[in-house]
Amino acid sequence: MSLTETAPRQIPDRLRSPLAAKLKSWESLLLAVAIGIFILNSLASPYFLNAWNLSDATFNFTEKAMIAFAMALLIISGEIDLSVASIIALASTAMGVAMEMGAGTPVLVLAGLTTGLICGGFNGLLVTRLGLPSIVVTIGTMSLFRGISYIILGDGAFRGYPSDFSWFGQGYVFWVISVEFVIFAVLAVFYGVLLHKTNFGRSVYAIGNNATGALFSGIRVDRVKMILFLLTGLMAGLAAVCLTSRLGSTRPSIATGMELEVVTMVVLGGVNILGGSGSIPGVVIAAFVMGLVTFGLGLLNVPGIVMSIFIGLLLIGVIALPRLWSMWRG
Amino acid sequence: MEDHGHSTTADPASAAPVLTLDKITKTFPGVKALDGVCLDLYPGQVTALIGENGAGKSTVVKTLTGIYQPDGGQILLDGHPVPFATPQDAADAGVTAIHQETVLFDELTVAENVFIGHAPKSRFGLINTRAMHDRTGEILGSIGAQIDPGVKLKDLGIASRHLVAIARALSVEARVVIMDEPTAALSQKEIEELYELVDTLKAQGKAILFISHKFDEIFRIADRYTVFRDGQLVGAGQMIGVAEEDLVQMMVGRSVDQLFPKSRAEIGEEILTVAGYSHPTEFEDINFSLRRGEILGFYGLVGAGRSEFMQSLIGITKPSKGAIRIDGDVRVIRSPAAAIKAGIVYVPEDRGKQGAILDMPIFQNVTLPSLHMTSRNGFIQLAEELALARQYTERLDLRAASLDTNVGALSGGNQQKVVIAKWLATKPRVIILDEPTKGIDIGSKAAVHGFMSELAAQGLSVILVSSEIPEILGMSDRVIVMREGRIAAELDGDNLQPETLVRHAVGISVEGEAA
Repeated sequence: MSLTETAPRQIPDRLRSPLAAKLKSWESLLLAVAIGIFILNSLASPYFLNAWNLSDATFNFTEKAMIAFAMALLIISGEIDLSVASIIALASTAMGVAMEMGAGTPVLVLAGLTTGLICGGFNGLLVTRLGLPSIVVTIGTMSLFRGISYIILGDGAFRGYPSDFSWFGQGYVFWVISVEFVIFAVLAVFYGVLLHKTNFGRSVYAIGNNATGALFSGIRVDRVKMILFLLTGLMAGLAAVCLTSRLGSTRPSIATGMELEVVTMVVLGGVNILGGSGSIPGVVIAAFVMGLVTFGLGLLNVPGIVMSIFIGLLLIGVIALPRLWSMWRG
Repeated sequence: MEDHGHSTTADPASAAPVLTLDKITKTFPGVKALDGVCLDLYPGQVTALIGENGAGKSTVVKTLTGIYQPDGGQILLDGHPVPFATPQDAADAGVTAIHQETVLFDELTVAENVFIGHAPKSRFGLINTRAMHDRTGEILGSIGAQIDPGVKLKDLGIASRHLVAIARALSVEARVVIMDEPTAALSQKEIEELYELVDTLKAQGKAILFISHKFDEIFRIADRYTVFRDGQLVGAGQMIGVAEEDLVQMMVGRSVDQLFPKSRAEIGEEILTVAGYSHPTEFEDINFSLRRGEILGFYGLVGAGRSEFMQSLIGITKPSKGAIRIDGDVRVIRSPAAAIKAGIVYVPEDRGKQGAILDMPIFQNVTLPSLHMTSRNGFIQLAEELALARQYTERLDLRAASLDTNVGALSGGNQQKVVIAKWLATKPRVIILDEPTKGIDIGSKAAVHGFMSELAAQGLSVILVSSEIPEILGMSDRVIVMREGRIAAELDGDNLQPETLVRHAVGISVEGEAA
């Protein structure tokens, strides 16, 4: 209080240097965790430090991270989309149907992306036009979208995608750099710029911190939210293209439970689940952390169930640590 | 400071007071909410507490109920000093309050609502439902309410709910009952019933503190009055022998002083015309026009519909009919974004929720409505952003450690400067200021007033919504008084008198009009 009263009339832009702020940030902590896990992994398994193995490891997170970027913006704005895994199922099914009708790769991709966009738009309309809470809406559409997929496929599967379609999930751009990894990197830059360098990104933060205040400030709150739901749907469609291409088949159970892994990645990346704060670099590092943990444990032949225990503990640990630290000090 | 008649000395007639506030002082950062006030509450008597908005009435209620602790002075119960350190202490001393909006629980029964938090227990520590229902029945009976203690609250009408709220206040052994604008939401019939209740409580020997804006009910039920102004006691005594005039005079008090640097700006052509603006519940048939360089005051009591109307001008509340013209052209404003484009901006009363985004830095708050000016093709230009923020915050003499400090870390007055800076940066033509100096310190107040004059002189049109009479009179060229959603009067020149404003606002007939 007294600080503000005695400050000079010339107001400095900032007190802390940007570098000092960065060093103390969540992202630095997370980066330290990532490096730690990397070192542990390379000590625990002789197969870890191999370019092709590391390249394989990226597939553990690239598809989830594509969605996580858009989801990060959505959560920062104070909304959430839990239907993303079901959108993947429906988009993948749409691609399967298109393939059965003899469509080539470009049409397949278009079918996947369009389905994602439509699903995201449906969620967005329910949230912005009817004012329903997004968590309820998307729990509903989570069942709805996958349900449609089950009706179309039953316990069957679509197989026999054209061979050039496999490029998205199995192709390499250069040496060990996969197509999916390049998509991930491009999207990381895209969303990083969108959130941190544009007016749109600023609006997202404003809405998440105080939607009423943002509305009073002339921000078109509903339009921004609608765009975010559309983007999230589109990213789920893109992830469906990559995943379907990588697996080479579509089952209605595809990507089951992935929505929680995506949300975990976003929260681990330092995004406040209540909205208002978070960053794309954080989500990028969180993607690597989750990929490295899963892959490292895989090399050690740890079963999937135990892996999910590790991911859960990691999430709680990383989030509780700063809180415990401040409690211990204060 | 002059010692205003402390009521014990002014009036030795009746029994000793149950509860006394003795020279209570309460300071908030930058504001002295209570400045050595005294208040006596006598058994079996109703004391009316009167004052403008911001006079310190709510602070007194919070002090009496143990929510605030005074910085100076003492509270005496039966003549002995007692600390009211917690709400529980106040309740133990027999002080209970009927608030404007008591929180009730729809899904619980009447008895559960009445006894929530202090239900009678059985031997095993469980709630003794039967005893609770019996006690609730007794309390409701004592205030003449016939409500089944077993029904759920959601099945009751508004009036019955209000009685439940009163029963809850009386469920503790009350000696002092505080009623904070209890009739604000009631119909005439319910108000009559409330008066009867007050008489019942008086007969039971309870001391009652009655806070109200309405003169008719004060004269109807109060035995004594106490008037506050700007956190100070200005008068107290018995209702017998006091005239309406005297109370209004005390409430308004001092002549409008030189605190208000209103320079006569040149008033130009009509900028904004509002015709027949109406809303189903909040306001009706609002007509006025605003000229270039003019400061137009809007006075009224809390709840007169001023803020709701102002928010309809910027597209937040949707009017049911009516039209606005800007420079003679009809404009439809459906969103704040459209209002900003049309040059109308609004500095809201609720700074924390509507005005500022507290968890974001100062510079980001300032540039939020004008991001298009500090960006290129949608990309933020940080240097331009900081420059714009600096330009307007320094003009308003903002005191802050740095421009990337979060607004929430600033004092109320400095937060308000950020909000005003944010709107000025959009280069508006009409700026609406809704209670712009509420809860801010004297220094910031003067800065805001000075700036308002400067803006008008530069040709900006200002609408000033305020419940503070000195502010309204000191700053405005013309004043519109609203009452219950309608324009009650439009005053200028010699009609701009404190008494006239208050009379129109509370609905007392004005000399010259038919009574």
